[in-house]
Amino acid sequence: MASIQINRLGKIYTGDVRAVSEIDLTIKDGEFIVLVGPSGCGKSTLLRMIAGLESISEGDLFIGERRVNDLEPSERDIAMVFQNYALYPHMTVYNNLGYGLKNRGFSKDEIKTRVDAIAKMLEITPFLERKPKALSGGQRQRVAMGRALVREPKVFLLDEPLSNLDAKLRVQMRLEIKQLQKRLKTTSLYVTHDQLEAMTLADRLVVLNQGRIEQVGSPMDVYNRPETLFVAQFIGSPSMNLIPFTEFQQSDNQQLLSHLPATTDILGIRPDQLLLSKPKEDALRLDCQVCLFEPAGAESHLYVKTPLGQDLTLRVDIDPQVRENTTLSVYIPLNKVHPFNQSSQRRTDIQ
Amino acid sequence: MVENNSWSRFVTHCILILGVALVVFPVYLAVIASTHEAGTFLSGTLPLLPGSQGLENYKQVLFEGRSRAGTPPLHTMLWNSFVMAMTITIGKLLVSLLSAFAIVYFRFPFRMFFFWVIFLTLMLPVEVRIVPTFQVVADLGMLNSFAGLSIPLIASATATFLFRQFFMTIPEEMLEAARVDGAGPMKFFKDILLPLSITNIAALFVIMFIYGWNQYLWPLLITTDPEYYTIVMGIQRMVTGADAEPLWHLVMATVVLAALPPILVILFMQRLFVKGLTETEK
Ligand SMILES: Nc1ncnc2c1ncn2[C@@H]1O[C@H](COP(=O)(O)OP(=O)(O)OP(=O)(O)O)[C@@H](O)[C@H]1O
Ligand SMILES: [Mg+2]
Repeated sequence: MASIQINRLGKIYTGDVRAVSEIDLTIKDGEFIVLVGPSGCGKSTLLRMIAGLESISEGDLFIGERRVNDLEPSERDIAMVFQNYALYPHMTVYNNLGYGLKNRGFSKDEIKTRVDAIAKMLEITPFLERKPKALSGGQRQRVAMGRALVREPKVFLLDEPLSNLDAKLRVQMRLEIKQLQKRLKTTSLYVTHDQLEAMTLADRLVVLNQGRIEQVGSPMDVYNRPETLFVAQFIGSPSMNLIPFTEFQQSDNQQLLSHLPATTDILGIRPDQLLLSKPKEDALRLDCQVCLFEPAGAESHLYVKTPLGQDLTLRVDIDPQVRENTTLSVYIPLNKVHPFNQSSQRRTDIQ
Repeated sequence: MVENNSWSRFVTHCILILGVALVVFPVYLAVIASTHEAGTFLSGTLPLLPGSQGLENYKQVLFEGRSRAGTPPLHTMLWNSFVMAMTITIGKLLVSLLSAFAIVYFRFPFRMFFFWVIFLTLMLPVEVRIVPTFQVVADLGMLNSFAGLSIPLIASATATFLFRQFFMTIPEEMLEAARVDGAGPMKFFKDILLPLSITNIAALFVIMFIYGWNQYLWPLLITTDPEYYTIVMGIQRMVTGADAEPLWHLVMATVVLAALPPILVILFMQRLFVKGLTETEK
């Protein structure tokens, strides 16, 4: 078990491709960190730099007290679970689990004790003598987890470990991973672009965009107070509505807008917080045209267009009984909005 | 199956049997001829049933040889051929596995240059470079030796190329997983690459063994001492022997014996293919 200290880490691939820049992050011992971000934002690159599979171009990396920039993966005391599992196809599950221990000079008995214990924990004991190809996807996934856990590493790195599973199994494995990590208290970094995985697993969420950290915080913090426009749009599904000030021409709106921080020129509001009837508290009003109603039980969505042609999404729990192309008033409660500044891309109500 | 009525099956089987007969008949004749007396083959009518001299003939070629034609007993030649073919096969496999490993997994200066150089030698089979190679081998004093017979044939662009292609299909994560598991390069090679390549190795083993076994021109050139004659060139010595008529019954016995080891290798390795194919797939 160990903390991880990342100082101004950067990665430049051959051909001047900059994948990651200026990452500063301190990970506490036993913490479960999830890296999220759109495809190509550098999540895997960052994780692989920590693993030692990718060389570090800039900055320093400490695992525990040790600077590990120049150490081989096997010397960093980390374990990694790969997206396609990368099990050794010619070895039995038992040998797959024991290979890392064997290379580290553990005795046969020690290997057996440890492998048996892990196999029991992950419920893969019946498959120990099988080859990976004779396992289902979920079982392979467990073996891959087992191979990483059996060494009792200081740090556990997972790169989209569930993305090859079907939806149901994914939910189940997600739960198991969370419970496992709680029990073992191993410092973990987990890469995903699945929001739900990110929100449910993380102690702290790290949102990456174009190789930089946009925001670090607990999942609820990040959801409730996104610090940048990017995070506001990226976290939450359906994503947050962003409405520029030019939409609010009506005079009653103008008066309310003056309560917001001076530099604000764009408002964010989550789809479930837009209202169709006037609330008691202060609210902005927009007269919109109905485009489409998508009934889906509790998650029904109503799509409308503002006078200036901007699309808004509302989450409603009952059928609003509106017809397409009719006009209706949408209310934006002022205490639920996220104020942003377009040019700095940042939240404006940060002290 | 395209169609399954009995008539079309009859016809297809006839054609297939005819094809097999065309290929097998000469072989059958050789086997038959090797069991008859000296004169039978030349008398004009070829018998189609085995004769009574089989044991005698084989005993004679295997252990006595034909001193007049200057060929040693066959068992020496068989052994020489075997040593040569095995050395070439194992040498080729080792060299090509290691060079493919280097080319795929290590970054060194002029890596692609070396790859293309190896690739280019594909265009230079033994026969093309035989004169300079002979000069080199002679200067090194390797005429009439097993080293001279096998070493010049060991470098193999074909096998290197095939192994390179195969290694490139192994997912990169396999190497990374091994690195995390604490396996250094040679351990990765031994524990993971080799077992994964076992079917390819078996296939190449067969091809290389037959290639080595069938070498004709090269052993003919560099051996003058009957101690080092190989069987394929030995057949030729027997046919163009010193005195008038080649002893066809003995030549046929030699031919049959010369064809046997490659067949055995194929049969033996075939089990490995099947095993490899069913067990080490991903
Ligand atoms: N070996 C490489 N050489 C050059 N550029 C690379 C290399 N590997 C990755 N990149 C680039 O670095 C950037 C980050 O890649 P990375 O694999 O870290 O993305 P990611 O966030 O993991 O994406 P995904 O969610 O699709 O897996 C991408 O723009 C990618 O094109
Ligand atoms: Mg990735």
